[in-house]
Amino acid sequence: MLNCDRATFLISQAQDQPLSRAERYRLALHLSICKACRGFQTQMPFLRRAARAFAKADVDPQAPDSGESK
Amino acid sequence: MSADVVLSPAAKIDDSVFLEEVRRQMLQFAVQQLGDSSLAEDVVQDALVGALRNQKSFKGRAALRSWMFAILKNKIVDSIRRKSRISAHEEQIMRDEIDRAGPFDNRGHWRPDSQPQHWAQPDETLMGADFWRVFAICLDHLPPRQSRVFMMREVLELETDEICLALEVTAANLHVLLHRARLELRACLQKCWFAEGAR
Ligand SMILES: [Zn+2]
Repeated sequence: MLNCDRATFLISQAQDQPLSRAERYRLALHLSICKACRGFQTQMPFLRRAARAFAKADVDPQAPDSGESK
Repeated sequence: MSADVVLSPAAKIDDSVFLEEVRRQMLQFAVQQLGDSSLAEDVVQDALVGALRNQKSFKGRAALRSWMFAILKNKIVDSIRRKSRISAHEEQIMRDEIDRAGPFDNRGHWRPDSQPQHWAQPDETLMGADFWRVFAICLDHLPPRQSRVFMMREVLELETDEICLALEVTAANLHVLLHRARLELRACLQKCWFAEGAR
C-alpha cells in the first residue's frame, strides 16, 4: 500500500508524464481511501493554471499596497 | 558599473526602470548572501544574462522578478560551492533545505495540520492582484532549485527532458524536485491565501 508521500509523488509525476498501469492502479487504490490525497490531486491542475496565468498577469511586485494582506 | 551594459540585450523589455530596480534588489540580496560586493556584481550579471534569455515568456513583471531571483539564488549557491569546495552531497543538502519539516510524518502520512483542505472557488481568486503577490511570495520562498524547476516546468511550460538537459539533472531527480516544489507551494497557498482568516 502506498503512503501519502509516495501517492503525492505519483500525482505530481502524472502532471509530467503518463504513469504505468501498475502505478495508476496503486494510486487509485490509495485515493479510494485517502481524502487528503484526493484533495492534493484536485489542487494540482489549479496550481498549473495559476502558474501559467502568473506569467501573464501584469502585477507590479513593488506596488505599495503589497505586504500584509487584510 | 553601468547597468546599461548589463541590460542592453534586454532592449526588448521597455520597462527599464523596473529592470533597474530589480537589478538593484538582486545586488543587495547577493551582497547580503555572499558578503563580497565584487563577487555579488559578477553573480548578478551572470543571473541577469541567464534570466533575460527567457524574458519573452513573461508578460507579468511579478513573474519575471520571481524568475530572476530563482536564477540568482542558484548562481549564489553555485558560487558558495565553488568558493568552499563542498561536495555534491553537501550541496544537495544545502539546496534542499531539508531542515524544514515536510508535510509528512515518518511513516509518510500527512501531518494533521498539513493536510490539503478544500479550496473554495479557486479560479475566481486568480483574478486579483493580491493573489499574485501571495503567489510570488510563495514561489520566492521555495528552495532555489525547486523554484527554478517549477518555473521552468509550469511557467515557461518546458518539457521535462528539456529541463533535465538544461540543468543537468536526471529525470528521477527532476520528479523529486517538482514533487517537493508542488507540496511546498500548495502548502504556502493554503496557509497564506485559502485558509480561514488568511485574507
Ligand atoms: Zn494519502
